[in-house]
Amino acid sequence: MLLLKVENLNVYYGAIHALKGITLEVNEGEIVTLIGANGAGKSTTLKTISGLLRPQSGTITYNGEVINGLPAQAIVKKGISHVPEGRRIFPNLTVMENLELGAYLHRSREGMKKSIQEVFRRFPRLRERQKQMAGTLSGGEQQMLAIGRALMSRPKLLLLDEPSMGLAPILVQEIFNIIKEINEQGTTILLVEQNANMALSVAHRGYVLETGRITLTGSAAELISSEDVKKAYLGG
Amino acid sequence: MAGFLQQVINGLSLGSIYALIALGYTMVYGIIQLINFAHGDILMVGAYIGFFAVVYLKLNIWWAFIIAMAGASLLGVIIERVAYKPLRNAPRLAALITAIGMSLLLENGGLMILGTDIRSYPVGTITNKQLPLSFLGIQLTATTLQLLILAVTVVMMIILQYIVHYTWTGKAMRAVSYDRDAARLMGINVDETISVTFALGSAFAAVAGILLGLYYNTIQPLMGIMPGLKAFVAAVIGGIGLIPGAMLGGFALGVFETMVSGYWSSKMRDPIVFILLILILLLKPAGLLGRNNTEKV
Repeated sequence: MLLLKVENLNVYYGAIHALKGITLEVNEGEIVTLIGANGAGKSTTLKTISGLLRPQSGTITYNGEVINGLPAQAIVKKGISHVPEGRRIFPNLTVMENLELGAYLHRSREGMKKSIQEVFRRFPRLRERQKQMAGTLSGGEQQMLAIGRALMSRPKLLLLDEPSMGLAPILVQEIFNIIKEINEQGTTILLVEQNANMALSVAHRGYVLETGRITLTGSAAELISSEDVKKAYLGG
Repeated sequence: MAGFLQQVINGLSLGSIYALIALGYTMVYGIIQLINFAHGDILMVGAYIGFFAVVYLKLNIWWAFIIAMAGASLLGVIIERVAYKPLRNAPRLAALITAIGMSLLLENGGLMILGTDIRSYPVGTITNKQLPLSFLGIQLTATTLQLLILAVTVVMMIILQYIVHYTWTGKAMRAVSYDRDAARLMGINVDETISVTFALGSAFAAVAGILLGLYYNTIQPLMGIMPGLKAFVAAVIGGIGLIPGAMLGGFALGVFETMVSGYWSSKMRDPIVFILLILILLLKPAGLLGRNNTEKV
């Protein structure tokens, strides 16, 4: 079933034309990845879906409803949660407060307790550090906190922006295992990555983005074996 | 020694008024990085609302506080919506100049509507008596007004700490002040949160305005200028954007100022305060409680 449909999306930063008519689809239950070089428009796509940016033209349909133009807080409420690039946790708040803010729109005491326990089960290290200021966490722990915080709103669609950025290879593997697990438990994921190899290893399908345009699309297996992708992104 | 302790008592009561005003500056700065130069004038409006509540509506001082807080909050929210919100993505200097313009508008609007008359709260608005105090065998005096000022300030600060640390509104305020876009991704309504911050800061200013009116026994349309500037200095001393910094800076400045007048000359009081501002900006621009946060990558 189609969960998210982006059609002919055009986004500008001032005079810069960042997205030039992007069209993509995400089906329920999938992991779809957007790969591409720096500046291709991957993060811009996610920011436009989550309502941080407004498109000049084009439509974003989620669950059969047009959502472009809605404020970010209304989009979170509909079940789309965005883990932004660079994690963007609140460094001067405790780990616990960060998680609570993730459930800002779902504040019933029982529901929140349950969500927090689920996050702690998935990320035991956050339980140990719940009273610590989030800024004192290591990079990997901060990424876990960012993902945990996004899961607090019980999203149907999770937008992940560069979860592997700045992490040691062993942590990257751990984060990707968690992404796979989150997906297997029923959350649809749109994943933006520069680490194309890693992204295609967990994704079902992918889109290749180049300077604001989608140049290639296919199943993860097709993209991995594509000569163009190999040459450009897989170091082969 | 008795003289010194007496100055401390006087300084703490003046300082607590500065602290109340400084809290508003620092909260607004924390959330939108704007020095709201109209803050002192909101204080003036609060003092007048309190005055009219006492004189014309014949209400007691506690109701006057509540009505003044409500009125000033509304004014603060309107100012933000009308004057600052349209400039939120403009260069910061544009908003700063607008704040100065808003300040001049309130001052001159006040002069136009209220005239240049100096008014004062009627005698008996609060009972003001000298109270003898004894501290380690040293005889001191404090007035009931001084104690009232201190008590009101402490209660307001406790309420603020509670709001900021234990309520959803407070969590939203902190989230917005650290990272506006990340806060939006949590589902926080940033515009609403900024409005609440202005409302809170303005309510604090209104309380300070009434207390100042009682303390100096005068209110007039330009009464907010000097205390506003002093409280701005206090907020910078403590570390602009930091709530504990505003409290510390307010008390510290009040005591310091009283000492300068008491031991040197009251003519030197204001120049020394502004020299202090310059020194802080040169030597410790982040303020006494501020530190330079390094970003983790």
